[in-house]
Formats: sequence, structure tokens, C-alpha cells
Amino acid sequence: MFAYLVRRVLYAIPILIGVNLITFFLFFVVNTPDDMARMHLGMKRVTPEAIEKWKSERGYDRPLLYNSAAQGGDKLVDTIFFEKSVRLFVFDFGSSDSGRDISADIGNRMWASLAIALPQFLIGLLVYVSFAMLLAFFRGSYLDVSGVVLCVILMSISGLFYIIAGQYVFSKLLHLFPISGYEPGWLAWRFVMLPVVIGVFAGLGSSGRLYRTFFLEEINRDYVRTARAKGLPELRLMFRHVLKNAMVPILTGVVVVIPSLFMGSLIMESFFGIPGLGSYTIEAIQNQDFAIVRAMVFLGSVLYIAGLLLTDLSYTLVDPRIRLS
Amino acid sequence: MRQMVLLWTDALVFLLVAVVLLFAWYARNKEHLRAPWREVVRSRLAVSSLVVLAAYTVTGLLDSVHFRMALPEAQGQQEVQYSGEVLSLLDELLGPMRTQVEKTYSAPFATHLYTRETITGPDGAPQRVYPRLQYGGAHLEDIGDRNRDILLRSLNAVAQALLATALITLGFAVLLARRWKKPLRVALRAMLGGTSSVPWRTAVITIAVVALIIALLAALSPFYHVLGTDKVGQDVLYQTIKSIRTGLVIGTLTTLVMLPFAVFLGMMAGYFRGWVDDVIQYLYTTLNSIPGVLLIAAAVLMMEVYMSNHPELFETMAERADLRLLFLCLILGITSWTGLCRLLRGETLKLRELDYVEAADAFGVSRLTIMLRHLLPNLLHLVLIAVVLDFSALVLAEAVLSYVGVGVDPTTLSWGNMINRARLEMAREPMVWWSLLAAFTFMFTLVLAANLFSDAVRDAFDPRMRQQR
Repeated sequence: MFAYLVRRVLYAIPILIGVNLITFFLFFVVNTPDDMARMHLGMKRVTPEAIEKWKSERGYDRPLLYNSAAQGGDKLVDTIFFEKSVRLFVFDFGSSDSGRDISADIGNRMWASLAIALPQFLIGLLVYVSFAMLLAFFRGSYLDVSGVVLCVILMSISGLFYIIAGQYVFSKLLHLFPISGYEPGWLAWRFVMLPVVIGVFAGLGSSGRLYRTFFLEEINRDYVRTARAKGLPELRLMFRHVLKNAMVPILTGVVVVIPSLFMGSLIMESFFGIPGLGSYTIEAIQNQDFAIVRAMVFLGSVLYIAGLLLTDLSYTLVDPRIRLS
Repeated sequence: MRQMVLLWTDALVFLLVAVVLLFAWYARNKEHLRAPWREVVRSRLAVSSLVVLAAYTVTGLLDSVHFRMALPEAQGQQEVQYSGEVLSLLDELLGPMRTQVEKTYSAPFATHLYTRETITGPDGAPQRVYPRLQYGGAHLEDIGDRNRDILLRSLNAVAQALLATALITLGFAVLLARRWKKPLRVALRAMLGGTSSVPWRTAVITIAVVALIIALLAALSPFYHVLGTDKVGQDVLYQTIKSIRTGLVIGTLTTLVMLPFAVFLGMMAGYFRGWVDDVIQYLYTTLNSIPGVLLIAAAVLMMEVYMSNHPELFETMAERADLRLLFLCLILGITSWTGLCRLLRGETLKLRELDYVEAADAFGVSRLTIMLRHLLPNLLHLVLIAVVLDFSALVLAEAVLSYVGVGVDPTTLSWGNMINRARLEMAREPMVWWSLLAAFTFMFTLVLAANLFSDAVRDAFDPRMRQQR
């Protein structure tokens, strides 16, 4: 078990190196820092001095990979690749193009993201599983058929529609929740409610339908038939046996997103004005702040790989037949 | 005088159409290829959504034939100059909708602007009034006649739609009667009586509905803004119709771009195993571990920098917007090929152990031939299912990406751009809802049809999935 963990963590290293190389290539090789500077300073009549100043303020004035002007080890260290890419490995994100400390920003903003994403994840899981179990319990009936039809319709509606319609109905017409904004601490619940409700509802179509197939697959198994033949009541059968086994694919499927909850949701946060990491990223994209986008790409990959690791672990926890070797 | 313009996405769209037609021609008398499709068209939902998808596709194709009009000749000019504006056949068909631009917002079927303006009355005193629209309802002598006028035009359109449906039905009936070698009367009765194996009655009803909508829009749109106008006074219906092509291009070209990667890398990983497998697995795990939206955002940001530093590469605005669209497809393809690749690798691992592959190996068939002749055809159903399943997700993704600001070019008409521009209008007092509703409705119809169709395709091509439905 321990050896397996170590090997998985070691396997993550080349993947992170790969991610790092891709981002480095995207951000510094496709376009030179000069191009970025010109883009930021405006295209027309920009002086070479202004470009140099922009670059040196942000540390982009070093050579890309090899600094022949420096001494000894600095030949490799005093380069853009080392300063901007290798340092990401120790989570030293440096400062953004507008001069803010990215690590501090991330530390400050991730709690707001979590306040939305965690309740949405937990409530969503509960709702989707209950809904799917309900449909599976009444399989083949009108309830089931109309439930599936509802799922397909919900799936076909753009996520943006749920947000815009939800804001309009609940905030503007009914005045139940504030339209957007955030407040740290316990008062946040007023601002959290609406995004969570909308987020859960938006995912109902696809998740409900997928989980229903998991339940149906379990219901058609032999052990269920045997239990039924021995006279077990249908309800008890559903909760004691089918639910437990159907949770295996469901849990292992959702575990991968748990670490990424920190990243928040781009769309939700920007629509509801939540000062989390999602809106941080979106602002960076819109302001073309390359340093922040680079940091978020790396952070997102790390969290995703952590999620994969958790998935493997959760397999052994929920299904003892699987032994990690 | 026109100069044809072949944009990159146009070329790829036509290539895709050619491939589909070629496949249809190839499969026309191969029973094993036709059987699953016959299964698909037996489903009523699939036939119905197929008709809707066909309507969207025709619109998209018409919008893919681009040209530039010649400018009026200046004096002493030798050669013909062409306008910088790239138009399409669809623009030509929609005609007045493109050019009838009002001042600002107006509601659907309105005859007056949505906002008040100060004008000087006949007595010289300034008045706050809703001014008449320049085009919407301009033909009316008396505004009170509006409802009657709309009703009359609608009735006319209903008659046309019914006639068109009847003609189309008759056309199909003639074809069927020939095929079955039976009299036309029998074919018609089978079609409309619901006794044919293909649910022709459902198809005819859907065609009637689609024809009715098209006829109504065609009859009313030259005289009214059927879905209102947006902030700069452009017709919303025109924008939504033009957005169809963008949605279709993103939904189809993305998969077209990623397919070669996914198919060949997946097949190679599964068939060769060993280090090839390791390298390919490493490649897709790495790409997959970067969150999709962020990778797309990073790539699009970099492309923007590149494009703004190299303005000389693009002759017209349309070419620039088009390349950006193509690039978005590429990026979306790169982020989405990994799932299919993994699936194909797993399937190839299973297939390569089967007897017929071993037999081919024993006969000394080369590895390449084994992959192309024996493995690929047995993987194609998975590819097809993935393509149709991805389509609707991609259409929805376009809207989200445009909202984030990393979608299609702001000058390209797309549902995402429409929603993005219109989302603040909900907060206006009084509210402007028609842009949003139009974009969401058109998108919803396309995605719903695609979802229903892809369900039918999956059921027909992957019978294992069927019991779980």
C-alpha cells in the first residue's frame, strides 16, 4: 500500500514536468516577452525603452533557457525558464503582471471558492443519488420515463441559462437572495445559497441520468434477484444492497474533483461576484495577466493529479476486492 | 460581380460533407454498415431530431458559401475592387434582415423603439416620445392594423408551409413507391398511416412544423423584427440564424480535428503496447491533467498576442475571425481527444487478443495492414458514438467560453457572444429579454435534437448499452 502510494506520487512528477513544459512553451516560446509587452502597452508607437522597462519590472528581461552572461550555476538559474517555471514546483508563484503576490492572493481567495464549491458538491451528490435511486426504484413506470425525459431536457439547456434565469426569478422577482456579492464569515450563507441551488440544479440532468444507469446495472445483478427471491422487501433491498454497490462507481467518479473544488467555478463566481479563485482566474484572463493564468494552470494540474491519486485510494476503500500492487 | 472566398472553416466543412457523402455511397449496399443506421431511423425520436438537425445543417451550409461583392466602379479604375465585407449565400437569402438596422432596442414585432427620445413637436416644444421604427412595421399606414397584418401574413405562410410539406411528402412517397415497386397510393398510405417500419408519419409532422416555422419567419421578417433588435439596432433573428454556423462548426470541426490523433494514437498504444503505450499514455495523462478551460484560456490568450502582433496575415476581418474560430476548434480538439484515445486503447487491447487478429498475424499480414483492415473497422462504432455524443457538449461549451472571453472572435456571430452581450440587459428597467431568449431557444433546440439523436445512435451501435436505458 505504502509502496504503491510512493510510486504513484513519483509518477506524478514527470506529468507535472510535462505540464510545466507545455505552459512554458505556450507562454514564452509561441510569443516572446516583447510581444506580450507590446500587447499590454498598446500596439501603436510603443518605444523600445517602454518595452524594456515593462519586461524588467516583471522579470521577463532574462534569456529564455541559457544565460551566457551570468557566472557558474547562474547560467541556468538566472533565466526565464528557471525563474518563472521551475519555481512553480515549490509553489512559489511569484508576483502577477500587475505586481500582486499570487500566493497570498490564492490563500485569501480560496475560502470563498470553497464556500460555494463544497456545499454544491455535497448537496449535489445527495440530490443526484436520491433522484437516481427514486427513478431506478420506479423503473419502467411513468415516473421513471418522465424523469429521464426531464433529464434529457435539463441536459440540453445551457448552464448560463440556469444562472441568468435563477438570478432573475429568485433575486429580481422574489427578492429571496441578493443578486451577487459576498461577505466573509458566517454571513456568507445568504450569498452562497443561490449559487449552490443553481449549481446543483444545473447538474441534475446529466448526473441524475448517469447515476440511474449505475443503479439499474446493480438491480439487474444476480445477487439482487436472489435476495428478492428470498423475500427481502424491495425498499430494504434498495437501501441495504443496491445503494451500497451503486455507490462504488459513483464515488470513484466524483472523488477526482474533490481537490479541484479549491479552484472554484469560473462561471458561477463571476456571475455572482464571489471573490474566489474562479473569478480571480477570469479577471486574469480578461486583463491578460499571464503570470496568474500560468500559476492557475499549474495549480489546477497539481490538484487534478491529487484527485487521480485519491481516486485510486478510494477504490481500495470502497471495494476491498481491488488490491493495489 | 462576385469573388468567391473560401475560408478555412468553409473548406473543412465541405471536406466533412464530402466524407459523409462518400461514406454513404460506400455503405449503400453493404448490409453490415447499413443495419445499425436502419435501426437508428426506426426510432421516432431519432427521425424527428434528424429532421431538425437537417434544417440546422442546411442553414449552416448555406452560410458557408462565402463571397465578396464588387464595389461600384470608381472613375478611371482598371480592375474591379471588392468590398472588404465577406457575405454568404445565407446573407443573400435573409436579405433585408441584415441591412434593416434600427437605432437601438426594439421589442419583437414592435413598431416603435423601446426607448424614448426627445424630439421637437410641431409646435416647437420638446417631447419625450417612442419614435417609429425605421423598418419594423414601416409599411403600415395605421399602426392599429398591425395585428391584422401579422395574422394575414401568417395565414398566407401557413398555406405555403402546408403546400411545401405536401410536396416534400409526395416526393418521398414517389421515391418509396419506386423502391418498393408498389403503386404510389400504397406508399402514401403506409407513410401516413404509420404502418411503415421507418416512422414516416413522425417525419412528415416534424417537417410540417419546421416548414411552418421557416415560412412564418420568411413571411414576417422582411416587415417586422420578429425577435426584436439589440442595442445597436441589429435584428436579433438575423444574429441567431447566423450563429447556427458557428455552433455547427465548433461541434463538428473540433471532432474532425481531434479524430486522427485519438484514433491513431489510441490504436497504436493498444496494439504495440510496450514503450509506445507508455509514451502515449504519458502524453494524454499530461494533457488531461491541465484543466480544460485553463488550457483553452492560455492558448487563446497566446493566440491573441500572436494575432495582434501579426496583423498583416489577414486580408479581411472575416478571415481573422475565421482563423480564430478554427484555432478554437483546434484547441478544443486538443483538450478533448484524450477521452476517446483512452477508450480506443482499451478496446484495441481487447481486440488484439482475438483469434482473427492472431490469424492475420500468422499469415504474415503486416502490422499496418492489421491495424487498418482488422482493428480500425471494429473501432469505428466507438468513434461514431463519441463524435455524436461530443457534439452537443461542444455547442454548449462555445457559449461558456465566449462568456469567459476566450471563445470565438467578438465580431463572429455566435450564441455565446449574444448571451454575453445580453446578460446585462436583464438588469435593465424595463427588461430586454428577447436576445437571451432567442439565443437560448435556438441553442436548446439544436442541443436537444443532437442529444436525442446521439442516444438513438448509441443504442443502435452499442447494443450492450440498450438494457440500461
